[in-house]
Amino acid sequence: MAITRGFTGRRRQAERDPRLPPGQYDVGKSWPVLTAEPTARIDADRWSLSIGGLVANPTTWSLRDLKKLAGGDSDTYRGDIHCVTTWSKLDTSFTGISLDTLLEAAGPLPEATHVVEESTTRYRTNLPLEDVTGGTAWIVWEHEGKPLTREHGGPVRMIVPHLYFWKSAKWISRITLLDHDEPGFWELNGYHDRGDPWLEQRFDGD
Amino acid sequence: MTETGQDRRLAAVWRDATVVDVRHHGDLAVILRLEVPDRVVHRPGQHYVIRLRAEDGYTASRSYSAVSAPSDDHVEIYVERVPDGEVSGFLAEVVEPGDELECRGPIGRWFAWDGHTPALGIGGGSGVAPLVSMLRHARDVGRPELLSLAVSARTAADLPYREELEAAGALVALTRERGARGLGPSRLDGAVVGAITDPGATAFVCGSARFTLAMESYLLSAGQPEGSIRVERFGPSGEIEEEEASE
Repeated sequence: MAITRGFTGRRRQAERDPRLPPGQYDVGKSWPVLTAEPTARIDADRWSLSIGGLVANPTTWSLRDLKKLAGGDSDTYRGDIHCVTTWSKLDTSFTGISLDTLLEAAGPLPEATHVVEESTTRYRTNLPLEDVTGGTAWIVWEHEGKPLTREHGGPVRMIVPHLYFWKSAKWISRITLLDHDEPGFWELNGYHDRGDPWLEQRFDGD
Repeated sequence: MTETGQDRRLAAVWRDATVVDVRHHGDLAVILRLEVPDRVVHRPGQHYVIRLRAEDGYTASRSYSAVSAPSDDHVEIYVERVPDGEVSGFLAEVVEPGDELECRGPIGRWFAWDGHTPALGIGGGSGVAPLVSMLRHARDVGRPELLSLAVSARTAADLPYREELEAAGALVALTRERGARGLGPSRLDGAVVGAITDPGATAFVCGSARFTLAMESYLLSAGQPEGSIRVERFGPSGEIEEEEASE
């Protein structure tokens, strides 16, 4: 580990915002777009989300169903998001429905240990079930009170904000519960299997 | 170039690379060449992470595509200066040959060309960097015909590696001036991209969010299969105004 000659860093460690995980910087009001595949074009009226695999009641919801289920007071996440490419966006908000509510309806079987999120683009990302339960994951359709834009995963995406944001699939269409781990797109392409920003689990081998 | 599990583990290790050459692209960017000990050879399109480390342990890191060919003895990166950029500003203003920088890589197995199947590279601004690595590799292996390139920048002076790209026959679009010989389109629009679409090739699109969004939509409209388009984006979200999007 070489000290970089002449580098002191613009933001001193002491003044560093404690909400920033190691190696991250605050992107401010901006919100970078990082997607490896073409941006999906989805008609919100035709979009649906299915939860299947190791569940008692495989279920499919339209956006209208989800909004009805969420009721007048949709669940809102307000907090920080962290991208593996080193930007973090602090104190931002997403509105939708807690994944707990949907899993409660689908009824995970006891042997379910992992989930795979899948997008309409066939993008996939994998997580342990415990990383998406207990108020840790949401299906969302608004950002800062406005409909989620297409490039940020609209009309509907998933968010799992305690992990690097590639674990938050844009254009989510299916969640499958499994009894084993099944690496997704980035996980097969050199990135870490879990992606905890506080442990800097960025790449394979971290 | 088959990547093994061992290569992957080796690529994940942080190394102290030595800067062997520093060249400036005006005020826009700095081009660094690095000597990387026990280097794992990259595939064109892959990137490296550069990490700066202060004495108190504070670090800042950013990813940069390799511009060099896999066969090059060194790793070349093109560092665009970002306004108020903590890392790019330091690399451009302070770093000199002989300095050491922490680096790891190569990373990314998606935006990577295998070097033996047809590829179409479309880059905007500094997004040409990984495409230049592809170009150098195609030349190295004697298969330049496998790779078609279309690139876009505001002016000739803004386009990184302009001479090398032009010499290789890349389609160069300059949005704020005409090409050097008065040739070339003024921008990569639906018609231009449609004409170079090749359903049998893998399309590698690299540039700003706004640029890539426009390019992928032109490719899709022209019949490039969705599964054959690989995109590398950087920068903040662009407004979705595809009709006028161009870099």
